[in-house]
Amino acid sequence: MTETAPAPPAPFDVAVIGAGVVGTAIARELSHFRLRTVLLEGADDVGTGTSKANTAIWHTGFDAAVGSLEGRLLRRGHQLLGAYAGRTGIPVERVGALLVAWSDEEAARLPTILADARRAGHRNVRAVGTDELPRLEPELGPGARGGLLVPDEGILCPFTTPLAFATEAVVNGVELRLGTSVVGAAPGPAAHRLLTTAGPVDARHVVNAAGLEADTIDALFGRRRFTVAPRRGQLVVFDTWAARLLGRILLPVPGRSGKGVLIAPTVFGNVVLGPTAEPLGDRRDTRSTVEGVDALLRRGRRVLPRLLEEEVTAVYAGLRAATEHRDYQIDDDPGLRYVVVGGIRSTGVSSSMAIAEHVRDRLQAMGLPLRPAPDHEEVRMASLGERQLRSHRDGAAIAADPDAGRIVCHCERVTRAECLAACRAPVPARSLDGLRRRTRAMLGRCQGFHCSAAVVGLLAEATGRSPSSLVAPSRGERRGPGPGAPGHAE
Amino acid sequence: MTPAAPATAVDVLVVGAGPAGLAAAHRLARSQAGRVLVVERDPAPGGLPLHCRHAGFGLRDQRRLLDGPHYARRWAAQATRAGADLWCETTCLEWTGARALLCTGPGGLRRVEARCVVLATGCRERPRHARLVPGTRPAGVLTTGSLQRLAALAGLRVGSRALVVGAERVSFSALLALRAAGVRVVAMTTEHPVPQAAPALRWATATRLRVPVWTGTRVAELHGTGRVTGVTVAAVDGTGVRRVACDTVIFTGDFVPDHELARQGGLRIDPRSRAPVVDGHQRTSRPGVFAAGNLLHAAETAAVAAACGTEVAAAVLDHLRGEPWPDCEPLSIRVERPLLWVSPAAVRPGETRVPHGHCILRVAEPIAAARIEVRQAGVVLATHRIRRALPTLPVHLPTGWLGRLGPEGGAVVLRLAGRPPGPDAGG
Repeated sequence: MTETAPAPPAPFDVAVIGAGVVGTAIARELSHFRLRTVLLEGADDVGTGTSKANTAIWHTGFDAAVGSLEGRLLRRGHQLLGAYAGRTGIPVERVGALLVAWSDEEAARLPTILADARRAGHRNVRAVGTDELPRLEPELGPGARGGLLVPDEGILCPFTTPLAFATEAVVNGVELRLGTSVVGAAPGPAAHRLLTTAGPVDARHVVNAAGLEADTIDALFGRRRFTVAPRRGQLVVFDTWAARLLGRILLPVPGRSGKGVLIAPTVFGNVVLGPTAEPLGDRRDTRSTVEGVDALLRRGRRVLPRLLEEEVTAVYAGLRAATEHRDYQIDDDPGLRYVVVGGIRSTGVSSSMAIAEHVRDRLQAMGLPLRPAPDHEEVRMASLGERQLRSHRDGAAIAADPDAGRIVCHCERVTRAECLAACRAPVPARSLDGLRRRTRAMLGRCQGFHCSAAVVGLLAEATGRSPSSLVAPSRGERRGPGPGAPGHAE
Repeated sequence: MTPAAPATAVDVLVVGAGPAGLAAAHRLARSQAGRVLVVERDPAPGGLPLHCRHAGFGLRDQRRLLDGPHYARRWAAQATRAGADLWCETTCLEWTGARALLCTGPGGLRRVEARCVVLATGCRERPRHARLVPGTRPAGVLTTGSLQRLAALAGLRVGSRALVVGAERVSFSALLALRAAGVRVVAMTTEHPVPQAAPALRWATATRLRVPVWTGTRVAELHGTGRVTGVTVAAVDGTGVRRVACDTVIFTGDFVPDHELARQGGLRIDPRSRAPVVDGHQRTSRPGVFAAGNLLHAAETAAVAAACGTEVAAAVLDHLRGEPWPDCEPLSIRVERPLLWVSPAAVRPGETRVPHGHCILRVAEPIAAARIEVRQAGVVLATHRIRRALPTLPVHLPTGWLGRLGPEGGAVVLRLAGRPPGPDAGG
């Protein structure tokens, strides 16, 4: 107990608003330097917005607009993430993509897409004739008119990616504040004051990576660079047996309203079909609809007729932070010591590390000193991918800890050791959804029929919370726009 | 992947310690079938009855009225006392040979090589997502299975107002679990024009438990972020849309076989029931591999599953004692709509019996006063009169026609008489 009021804490060098994949990537990048950085997130976990409910594609950017910032950052980000995933254990698979034209009109656009991709440096993209299509993808439905093969496109785990970034940031000194929504800002000459739901935060530099709320935060700084116009994407996930029906990502020819509906394997071993692209006024409306799912199933039946014979594991929906502009909206205001990263839409996971570099350089250009921090540590993430050595198959791990062989969630084969590790990690699981995203528990075909009680009991034991509080969250506890997964719903 | 995994050799490996697996192991161990090993992925044996904490078990096969957990433990005790080995917390990951499986558990990875394998992996309910129910994805939306297990957690408050989706046998199990947990049940809904459960259960609903059953009703949308706040229900014809306030929704029934291990091993699967195809001796498409219980007919009562386990034991014993595996292909038994599936889905010429002494069928829609025709090569071998059949409830088809099958006659077709040929239920 002290009699005197504590001195106000010194301002942070940088405050990053939003712990989605972009915000966590920026925080991780900044953790390499001698900076005091704070990462502010309104939800109760990292990566709970757009970052978790997408198609989980590791984009190359081959179809990005020529000369766009998105195209440039995707190309760089794709490489950076590939290397980083190898070091940290983020599940990625370079499965390749086949872009298929289903009408003569679509086929006529293929040469332009190919030429643009080659010009942007994607040299191994090539045309595929109608005779070769069935050899590449024997289960493809009838009526395909040609395609493009994109060997470098891949799939990744959209949960592990922001979690790895956040973990590395936290391990290297970044302060992560969850449940902290920014509701006001008072720009100042030396430092800005951010008013949050958990008290004020002072920082010399501010990075706005608030995704669906990026324009709201922008307005707090007196700016109106763009308006977020959320686009809902519904997705249907099929059970692992469907993965036998395709060898790579099956893309449509992109249309005016986005990349279109794709079918892709996931790193968890199942198959995702989607997304729809529905412009919405409501930034939280992640409902699935009869019309949306029907449209997806019709599309799925055309592209891969046997897909619909398999069981659906999950239906979910996410919102992409589209704006009125086609390209990413990354803009800075040196006088304000402020950078906004908006309009990242669905390619953000793939470009996130390049966005982080880009933002780092902008901050440096506006005077942020970047002195390398000594002893920077990288992290090693839990192996969630089907092609990685997972706990239940790791004989040495089981010999060291029998819990590593004690399967709690049977569908996804998640062990007790994996759940406990997720609860004790530097950025720990605090809720059932958080545990799902870190371990895959309850994400499988039975959706908790067999394991929900065991998983709830385990989380209660590890967190010291009551089972009731985990199963029946109060309204305030889940502020994210809604659950989703690389192929899974929560 | 793990060639170093130590191997265990057994005479019979039973996968799954539910009523079917335990009954099979019990009979086999008692009959000196050699070393009988049951592997169970859950921490305790018993299968689904272990979680049904209400009476209604055991009258048929244990000759006393028991609750689910006591029934499950009785079967487990009988199997182990007869000499069967039981490994819990052990999951069969994949086949490493024709009758060899790679298992994992707290003791490490292990290969189990068997002379015979009995798959008794049971079934599960289709959860909300697999039923494509639209809306938000809030907490509080469960299956009966998850409800029963969650309700058993100490101090867990499941909810306060529940809607039960389904009105079949298991739906009443959900009703009892909710009642025991102090949850008020607003109503039960079923898309069918009548509840499928037996009249006694219907009577119980109308009187003692006082829960209205809304027939001809489907769930149109779920509401609520965070926790479920309500459900929009509508008549199946699209009329009568209304919103019901509740904080818990239980999706019951709509069982599917847990057939993953069978499929992983490349066993033939019946596209109609999604069960492995077996003949009258419960032989799958792979020599030495048998199947039993609700993996074959999802879902029958625990007593029927256990009886199926006892029957498979006889077939396994015959095979262990030298009866050769037939080298002819079995004849498929196909069904036409509105019949949904049949178990077993194949039969071998010369077989005179199937498990239970009758085929078990399901229908896709309520049927009254109809005749089921058994045909082969266009010839009607038998007809069977049914007074009434309801979806999710079994129809028993006697098998007097087995002796009349021609070995070269091709598939057996079951259809309703007097109707135009319907589409194959698997199509």
